[in-house]
Amino acid sequence: MQQRRDELDEQIAALARKPETVDPADIVDVVESVMASVSGDVSTVNHNLFREIEVLARFIQTAKAEIASLRPEEIKHEHLATATDELEVIVGQTEEATNSIFSAVETIETLCEEMDPALAEKVTNAVTEVYEACGFQDLTGQRIGKVVGALQHIEHRIEGLLQAFGAEFEGLPGGAPGTSPTPLGPPPGKVARPDEDLMNGPQKPGEAKTQDEIDALLGFD
Amino acid sequence: MAAVDMNMPILIVDDYKTMLRIIRNLLKQLGFTNVDEATDGAAALQKLRDGNFGLVISDWNMEPMSGLELLKEVRADGRLQKTPFIMVTAESKSENVVAAKEAGVNNYIVKPFNAATLKGKLNAVLGNF
Repeated sequence: MQQRRDELDEQIAALARKPETVDPADIVDVVESVMASVSGDVSTVNHNLFREIEVLARFIQTAKAEIASLRPEEIKHEHLATATDELEVIVGQTEEATNSIFSAVETIETLCEEMDPALAEKVTNAVTEVYEACGFQDLTGQRIGKVVGALQHIEHRIEGLLQAFGAEFEGLPGGAPGTSPTPLGPPPGKVARPDEDLMNGPQKPGEAKTQDEIDALLGFD
Repeated sequence: MAAVDMNMPILIVDDYKTMLRIIRNLLKQLGFTNVDEATDGAAALQKLRDGNFGLVISDWNMEPMSGLELLKEVRADGRLQKTPFIMVTAESKSENVVAAKEAGVNNYIVKPFNAATLKGKLNAVLGNF
């Protein structure tokens, strides 16, 4: 009995010496040792409790193996990075195209001075509609910005996962090299803003307030 | 109401250069040609403090200083506090409109907008022209 207790003490001390996270398999070993050392002394309730702890530890281990098989390092460095880069290119290219449209239309507007007044008015109205329509670049850019923000949030969470379990992922299928666990701060490049809670961006069609509804809220003309 | 000075300096603020170009062109069509630009609230505030602008037309969602923060800075500045300020933004939730009103905005245009809406709000803030 004493020998078993000494072995158990040694197992617990070994766990305490581990610098980072503890492998659930080690916890299972300790629980099994405890159960073996007290067999015959514990009640059915305690036995059930130990059994539940064992099941929980095995569940955690399985979950970690599944997360590792998703290759979080690859998702972070390849898939998310590529998606973010592509979206930023879309914003840049639509801006470039919109500026080309502006240049062409501004030239047409300048030529209105040489046109018959009635014709010039028609052309100016058409030019105005083009200016109005070019607002799409701002709005789509803001929507894409929200998607990029969501991807960066996911990336940040994956980083947290890697920091928490990275060392253990290393030994699992699809595992990645780990780093020391540290608390998660705001995503990189994300600045805390005083009106952060009011930064909603463009609403979905049908959900946005109309200009008339906004005017009514303001009580202005 | 006094006649609108069509040569008054107007500062337009938006982090999207295409939107700045749209507003500048629409203002030009309406007869306002003395237009300057800034791409965020902080740069706009500096221009406002260095200049003598008769109107600010600003987006909301910008970094490092948002349009709402800019509006609050303008209203807190003894020299600038009476400068007319129109918010032009995609932020269309009631809480945004209420926050802007409480901060002292003179009018609020929701994106996407058209030339007629811009003219209507300019008339409401500056008077008919």
